[in-house]
Amino acid sequence: MPVWQDMYESVKDHNFIVIAVAQESRGEETAREFIEAADPSYVCLIDEQHQVADLYNMVNVPNAVWIDENGVIVRPSETAGSHDSFRSMNRTDFSQSDEALALAAKAQSTYLAAVKDWAIKGSESEHAFSEQEAREHIARPTQQTALAHASFQLGIYLRKNGKEEEGDLFLKSASELHPDSWNMFRQAMNLKDIGEVAGLAADQSFFDRLDALEGKRYYPPPDIAGFPREPGY
Amino acid sequence: MVLDMTTLLIDDKATICNANVKSNELWINQEELEQTTGWSLKPEGFCQGNTCIPYPKTETENYVQGSEVNVSSFWTLMDKPILHDESGETWMLGTSHKERLSALNSLEAPNFSLPDLEGKQHTLSDYKGKRVFLTTWSSW
Repeated sequence: MPVWQDMYESVKDHNFIVIAVAQESRGEETAREFIEAADPSYVCLIDEQHQVADLYNMVNVPNAVWIDENGVIVRPSETAGSHDSFRSMNRTDFSQSDEALALAAKAQSTYLAAVKDWAIKGSESEHAFSEQEAREHIARPTQQTALAHASFQLGIYLRKNGKEEEGDLFLKSASELHPDSWNMFRQAMNLKDIGEVAGLAADQSFFDRLDALEGKRYYPPPDIAGFPREPGY
Repeated sequence: MVLDMTTLLIDDKATICNANVKSNELWINQEELEQTTGWSLKPEGFCQGNTCIPYPKTETENYVQGSEVNVSSFWTLMDKPILHDESGETWMLGTSHKERLSALNSLEAPNFSLPDLEGKQHTLSDYKGKRVFLTTWSSW
């Protein structure tokens, strides 16, 4: 979040706004400490039901969508500057090599430069997709993912209304229906207070699931020139 | 099993209605169908605005019985997910992947309203006129 704040401050006079949505089923109190620490001047919203992930077919955080001044998507949901190099971390002390950190830094700076370029130039930016390109980059929802979102939302509602165990069953089935969604998997872990590993709501099952990806990306690289595409792990 | 306090979850809104849950299916009367879902029963089928979805006439009793409508069959007919808790008191009437995909393919940013920390609602479409960098994050 401090990253978005610096970027936003540098380009906010260009008819540009950041809307950062917390995918946070624990609600506003949990998001508050992070938001107040970052002290952002942009818009911060709380999304207990992960509606935004559902509407825009997002599977991880941070993801982002670029929407032009006419309300038209010019970049569909994609990884917002993160990189898979964290997967090489030492799992005992959670340290990362200089190479891994350098890749992550390059990924983030390349992505931020692209966002700024678009913030300033709008449709003239090389990073704003044409309609055809935008459509080609859409991750397509399926019958299974739609059922997963319904299951997740029912699970969250039941948990909030005194039926925690039953709610957890729906969260579990949501994750099974939508194995690509790290949001559903990790939010469910977080709600059950499963371990904090390196600042993540994660235990061994997180790393098992991560390893099961093998060559598949946790953060698929956005289609931006200069963004490091090597796996880094 | 008649339940007079059934919760329907539709588009992130919870509404209470009278329902009749029979063999794991949700039946509600036609007026409540219209009030809660916006769909009404007409001779052409289930209608909302200019859209009508016919149901197979040979299976009428699976969709309509007297004044009651089988929401489970209707929702499934539209390829929308429908789920409920064990007691049948809470029903999630979901959105189909086809609706989601066609919304994304239109490239018109799907709208939503969400609260900020002070509980004030913000609607995405209120920011029309600005370029919006819409991003997600989490505490977990």
